[in-house]
Amino acid sequence: MRVQQALRDKLMGALAPSRLDIVDESRMHAGHAGARPEGESHFRLTIVSEKFRGLTRLARQRLVYAAVSEEMRRDVHALALTTLTPEEDAG
Amino acid sequence: MSNPVFERISQDVKDNPVVLYMKGTPIFPQCGFSATVVQILSHLGVKFKGIDVLTDPSLRDGIKQFSNWPTIPQLYVKGEFIGGCDIVREMFETGELQQVLSEKGVPVTAQ
Repeated sequence: MRVQQALRDKLMGALAPSRLDIVDESRMHAGHAGARPEGESHFRLTIVSEKFRGLTRLARQRLVYAAVSEEMRRDVHALALTTLTPEEDAG
Repeated sequence: MSNPVFERISQDVKDNPVVLYMKGTPIFPQCGFSATVVQILSHLGVKFKGIDVLTDPSLRDGIKQFSNWPTIPQLYVKGEFIGGCDIVREMFETGELQQVLSEKGVPVTAQ
C-alpha cells in the first residue's frame, strides 16, 4: 500500500479532487516487462477535480503526472487515467 | 536541441505523418497499452510508423523527455504529440481522433 498511499496523498494535495478512485491492477500485468515482483506497478485512477476545467485531456494528464512524478520515476510503470470535471462526472 | 536522440526524434516525427513510439513492433507489440493503440490505428486504416523503444534505451528515455510524458506508447501526428493509450482511446471513442487525423491531412479509411 506504500505506493498507492503516496499517489493518494500527492493527488489530494495537488488536485483537491472531489473523487479519487485508485485501483491496483498490478496483478493483471504480472510477469510483463515493467511489473515489479512486489506489485504496485500498475494503477487505474479516476480523478474528478475542478482543476481540470477548461483543460484538454493532454493538459489534465500532464497535471496528474506532474503531481506524481517521483512515483512515476521510481515505482510506477503505468497509470490508466480517467480525468473528469465534476460536471463531466455527473453527466 | 544538440541532443542526438532529440534530433533523431524531431526528424522522425517530421518525416512521417503518423509515428507511434511503442514497446515492440506493430506486428508483435510487447505491451497491452501499445497493442491497444496499434489496434485503433489499424482499425482506422491509418498508415503509421511504429518505433520500438525497447531496442534502444537512449530512445526509451529520450522520448519521455522530448514529450515531457512519462509513459509509452506515445502517438505523434504531423509532428504534434497527441497522447498515450488512454487519450488515444478516448479520442477514438468520441470520434475526435478521426477528426484530428482528417484535419491534419492523414487519410482515414474507416471510422
